[in-house]
Amino acid sequence: MAVDPPGSQPSTFWDGVRAGVPFAIAGGMLSISFGVVAQQAGFSALEAILMSLVVYAGSAQFTAVAILAAGGGAAAAISAATLMNSRFLAMGAALGPSLPGGPLKRAAQGQTVVDASWALASRGDGTFDRSMLFGSSAMQFLTWQTGTVIGALSADLIGDPNRLGLDALFPAFFLALLMAEARTGRARAVAALGGLIALALVPFAPAGVPVLVAGAAALVGLTRSARADIAKAQS
Amino acid sequence: MSTVAIVIGGVALTTAAVKAVGPVALGGRDLPDWFSSVVVLLAPALLMALVVTQTLADGDRLTVGPETAGVAAGGLLYWRTESIVGCGLLAAALTAALRAL
Repeated sequence: MAVDPPGSQPSTFWDGVRAGVPFAIAGGMLSISFGVVAQQAGFSALEAILMSLVVYAGSAQFTAVAILAAGGGAAAAISAATLMNSRFLAMGAALGPSLPGGPLKRAAQGQTVVDASWALASRGDGTFDRSMLFGSSAMQFLTWQTGTVIGALSADLIGDPNRLGLDALFPAFFLALLMAEARTGRARAVAALGGLIALALVPFAPAGVPVLVAGAAALVGLTRSARADIAKAQS
Repeated sequence: MSTVAIVIGGVALTTAAVKAVGPVALGGRDLPDWFSSVVVLLAPALLMALVVTQTLADGDRLTVGPETAGVAAGGLLYWRTESIVGCGLLAAALTAALRAL
């Protein structure tokens, strides 16, 4: 999302916090579900809260818990969760050149990436706004932890979280982000191609991999016309 | 150590490693124009992939369910109003209503 085009007033941490609010609300609701389903899978309340605190990657957390609930072992749960996170390889590679400092500092800054914060921080010219990334991620981190605590401590009261439709919140927000982001015909075509690649791989590839491979649709950017457009945007 | 503790520690470590790879490998460099051009298009590709997998995939099966209708309705509302909160609320409410039928 082009929140800070080159030449405009730079974003602040608080701009990021404000931009992150809708996603933080969604994350908070989803993490209530996580607190509940983790306990249904055999986690204690403290273990569910600890996992949100040290992992902070919703789809990986849900994946690991689902595998344990289905009777899978630790290796299967960790492997599947890691594959689910594989899209962060592409996101981190895109973000890398926008991060200053030595390797350790950059690795630490990379920990703040979640889907929405990464998309919000994208300036639309190939660079990323760190203030937007940190602010929006901090807001989402806060509600992710709060929601997990609520879910973990009131699992019996909440029951089946799916009946509340909370699982539709994130894809709906991602769709809204996409519609805000994909203003050009090329971006819309790449989005369609990415969606098709992911859908084609769902029956064959482990969960998480279809999203990573869908990133290959962005290679459309190697065409001469796409490179000319980005050069114009950066000048 | 319990299985749950191993999973929490293992997923925490691999998540941190996966998130660190790109920033460590590609940080502090100037962007070649082809790299910028690809990165600009990465967000639409990944966002659409997240939308379709979260609304149409159930494990390794493709299905249409209440959440599909909910997210589609939310998208329509966003298209007409550009309200991101309204988009999410409508998606969740319609999904919940269809599941209750």
